[in-house]
Amino acid sequence: MGVFIDKDTKVLVQGITGSTALFHTEQMLEYGTKIVAGVTPGKGGQEVQGVPVFNTVEEAKKETGATVSVIYVPAPFAADAIIESADAELDLVICITEHIPVLDMVKVKRYLEGKKTRLVGPNCPGVITADECKIGIMPGYIHKKGHVGVVSRSGTLTYEAVHQLTEAGIGQTTAVGIGGDPINGTDFIDALSAFNEDPETEAVVMIGEIGGTAEEEAAEWVKENMNKPVVGFIGGVTAPPGKRMGHAGAIISGGKGTADEKIKTMNACGIETADTPSEIGQTLIDRIKKVDGLYEKCLTVK
Amino acid sequence: MNIHEYQGKEIFRSMGVNVPDGSVAYTPKEAVEVAKGLNSDVYVVKAQIHAGGRGKAGGVKIAKNLDEVKQYADELLGKVLVTPQTGPEGKEVKRLLVEEGCDIQNEYYIGFVIDRATDSVVLMGSEEGGTEIEEVAAETPEKIFKEEIDPVVGLMPYQAKRLAFNINIPNESVNKAAKLMLSLYNVFVEKDASIIEINPLVTTGDGDVLALDAKVNFDSNALFRQKGVVELRDLDEEDPKEIQASKYDLSYVALDGNIGCMVNGAGLAMATMDTINHFGGKPANFLDVGGGATAEKVTEAFKIILGDEGVKGIFVNIFGGIMKCDIIAQGVVEAVENVGLEIPLVVRLEGTNVDEGKKILKESGLDITPATTMAEGAQKIIAAVGENK
Repeated sequence: MGVFIDKDTKVLVQGITGSTALFHTEQMLEYGTKIVAGVTPGKGGQEVQGVPVFNTVEEAKKETGATVSVIYVPAPFAADAIIESADAELDLVICITEHIPVLDMVKVKRYLEGKKTRLVGPNCPGVITADECKIGIMPGYIHKKGHVGVVSRSGTLTYEAVHQLTEAGIGQTTAVGIGGDPINGTDFIDALSAFNEDPETEAVVMIGEIGGTAEEEAAEWVKENMNKPVVGFIGGVTAPPGKRMGHAGAIISGGKGTADEKIKTMNACGIETADTPSEIGQTLIDRIKKVDGLYEKCLTVK
Repeated sequence: MNIHEYQGKEIFRSMGVNVPDGSVAYTPKEAVEVAKGLNSDVYVVKAQIHAGGRGKAGGVKIAKNLDEVKQYADELLGKVLVTPQTGPEGKEVKRLLVEEGCDIQNEYYIGFVIDRATDSVVLMGSEEGGTEIEEVAAETPEKIFKEEIDPVVGLMPYQAKRLAFNINIPNESVNKAAKLMLSLYNVFVEKDASIIEINPLVTTGDGDVLALDAKVNFDSNALFRQKGVVELRDLDEEDPKEIQASKYDLSYVALDGNIGCMVNGAGLAMATMDTINHFGGKPANFLDVGGGATAEKVTEAFKIILGDEGVKGIFVNIFGGIMKCDIIAQGVVEAVENVGLEIPLVVRLEGTNVDEGKKILKESGLDITPATTMAEGAQKIIAAVGENK
């Protein structure tokens, strides 16, 4: 179980013949992900790591039954790749590529309106359902099966949180990296809502950062709708205003998007937050211990 | 990426956005030459630096004749302007914009920004021109009007006019204002801007509408297709270490502490700064080595960190996903051997190929303090820096 992807998910890799994609295709196959196709225009008919390569997403889908795409193509071509997959009516497109021009993403989002395709990313580590299916670039070995969902704007902070959970014996359902760009596909609320409906997920960790107001909106949503415990962390408490902290979306501008504001709203909505990233795991543990038997249930890692 | 006001106005002029006549000057003599060519009795001499708040800091002068143009140009060139956006050290003025004065009737604010809430470009406007728009937004949000732009059809004329009416531009000037907004939207889209702000937009005595200021930021992710924009970059206005970092695709922001940080991933890099602060230390920088780091990139990152004389210790915090720990470890070892490290170094590695990475560090025989968690690493480097004082 888990959300968005599971052991039966058939995946195609866009840009499979590039060096980064090749490395991660190998890692995903090793993890047990069903990679059924690759797409690189002009390289159809080839085979890499035992995976057949096609010229178009449409053809790859028709020949292999793939329902999910993961994108590793360079930024100038990434918007095109996302739209190609949406046009082929895939269920889910996970875009790893970073540095996509923001006006390209404005067009992509407009194109996706009313389409069946869900986009995760761009500029994200991907999605992993522990011990079932890994799609993206995260290190697989830190994830262990269990009952905690993770949703995050930051890749490496997700690894940090998941690692702490696993070390403490707390397994996970799915970890969703939604990406650090100002305009992205799946947002906190989409992921939280999916975790809320997933019977396997018992609690959720959400990791945000400075910039925008997505965390505040998600916190309000949690207060109104979530029937499972949620804890959080916000990166950038000490970031100076006006300076972009790496991610295109991580900037405090016009007094909006500060970490303090986000933490205040999250706390007010019942989401306890960790003071330092090293305490994310412990914050979750403290929270689930307040629900009878939940900690014991979540202790799935031997 | 930022550009100067005069560069923004040159782009505007070339794309049909109404701006006052004027040109750049690097010397007082050039300033007078520019003024002579203008059809005006009053001249405006404006300091060109990449920071707002120039007017209040004395960087904008009104000259009533050519002698005054020369006098103000003499005064401003070489002067260090300190505005709320420059930081206390200020910025030296090396270029001036000399332009014609105009008969201002009213001042307005308009801006185009990327709106995360609606995933679109939004046109904003207010009749409170000339003041800080953040203040207007905080104190009288009802005076800010917005038009959300559908990328399929672009900004529509009725939207531009509706905004013009909403911010109380006089009826006889509404069409001119709308035309200016439509042209500005074309600039935004064709040049891959991320922000365009006109503060103030003015109406004049003879019913004209002009962009009196031009603040334009460009999407750095789109520079690959904006060669003309890249040429406008003024390296004098940027931190030399940030320039060096961008050459190697490293994301670096200078801060004022003494603990140099090298981290992979923006979120983790921010969280590392937060953690150092939490335990009472002060980070000297934000540095994200990114996903596809090589040993060479890591070496450059080290050089940049060590280029800051305030750095008294370095904390490397890596959680490998794309980034493989053995590559980082190899880079750290090479860098230390290349640059000769004389200050404490704490390294925390976790993730892909972590065991190989740790082995490389251990077998190097270098004086590197390992740490297993971010909190432990932060505490160790703070302690080490404290002892070295």
